[in-house]
Amino acid sequence: MKPAPFDYHRPETAAEAVGLLADLGDEAKILAGGQSLIPMLALRLTAFGDLVDVGRVEGLRGVEPRADEVWIGAGTTAAAIENSATVAAGVPLLARATPFVGHFQIRNRGTIGGSLAHADPAAEYPAVAVALDAELEALSPRGTRRIPAGAFFMGLWDTALEPDELLTGVRFPVWSGRRGFAVEELARRHGDFAIAGAAVAIELDADDRVRRCGIGLMGLGPTPVRAAKAEAAAVGAAVGDLGPEDVGRLAVADLDAVPSDLHGSSAYRTRIGAVVAARAWSAAGTEALDA
Amino acid sequence: MPDVDIRLTVNGQLRDATVEPRLTLADFLRERCQLTGTHLGCEHGVCGACTVLLDGAAVRSCLVFAVQADGAEVTTVEGLGSEGGGLSVVQQAFRDCHGLQCGFCTPGFVVSVTALLRDNPDPTDEQIRHGLAGNLCRCTGYQGILAAARQAAAAPR
Repeated sequence: MKPAPFDYHRPETAAEAVGLLADLGDEAKILAGGQSLIPMLALRLTAFGDLVDVGRVEGLRGVEPRADEVWIGAGTTAAAIENSATVAAGVPLLARATPFVGHFQIRNRGTIGGSLAHADPAAEYPAVAVALDAELEALSPRGTRRIPAGAFFMGLWDTALEPDELLTGVRFPVWSGRRGFAVEELARRHGDFAIAGAAVAIELDADDRVRRCGIGLMGLGPTPVRAAKAEAAAVGAAVGDLGPEDVGRLAVADLDAVPSDLHGSSAYRTRIGAVVAARAWSAAGTEALDA
Repeated sequence: MPDVDIRLTVNGQLRDATVEPRLTLADFLRERCQLTGTHLGCEHGVCGACTVLLDGAAVRSCLVFAVQADGAEVTTVEGLGSEGGGLSVVQQAFRDCHGLQCGFCTPGFVVSVTALLRDNPDPTDEQIRHGLAGNLCRCTGYQGILAAARQAAAAPR
């Protein structure tokens, strides 16, 4: 046994889970699919006195189409998202990002809420949530609140969640009309965290001008990054007039905390970021023009 | 740190046990069930040697605590062959195609390929490669494993 000892709690309802979090305090951590937490425990990068397993909490799983959004339960596995026709039709960017998440054995266990709450800046789901302006639902003993994805990621593995809050669901807006979506990333091996990646959503008006767009960057800062400058330059412009390389260059122009490690220096990651953003922009733009 | 009572089915056999919460499913299978066909390589979710079927889904048993598998059905590599010790189609294909050398990674590959072909009986080569990507082999260079997966996909099942 490699992890440090802990007490195990398996609540059956979300209310029970957040009650446990409130009672147990700082020593408690939520165990969802465990595909990030258990390796960290095994390597003793972290340790907790109490794990609250939400794997059997009612109402945390499922994909529900709603008026102009798709609700996905926080406990829904990546495999279920991958196989969901509702996600494929309503939130194609999420569907296309999913095959990049680990390997299929990881996707069978790992959950979307777990990935978002873990908040690895190189992960796919946080970047997609940021690019699409998703809203995260958090439950605590004080009730439910909604947190915009743009205000959720605070730093490396750090989120806006309070210690007694549980992610219960994610609301992804459904983009309509002429839209295109693409995810591009460079990883040393498929399934690894990306050295850099980009998730792009584009919606065009009848004159092929960009009505709205979202560019989420992975692996290029302590949090997933929204490429605001590139988006601002693109909105209102005819998509054919925008060179993908220019969009890519703008996407990385304001980055100031690009990580550097043995897989790549900051400068290298920034260059790769511009390339993958350009490729994703090009692919999404082409799809939107054909839509 | 109180121990936890669990009950699960492993290869069709009901198992009751009292376990420390930090015991992984992999260690439970190997040390408590004496099912040492499930191999442990990295113990943090990278190598895939410990892959088992948990309620039918291929998962890394080093990334599941035994307490999480309470009530579940687990199939290990020992549960894939026939009752009399005969090899499964996938196991036979690995043998025929030299899909192993030292054999350490083999249980994980066999379980992963079994799940892959169950869910996608007629995979493309690219789909096979993606399906194998979560398992590491340091001997074969993977070509024999690919050939085994192709043979198993083509075999009558």
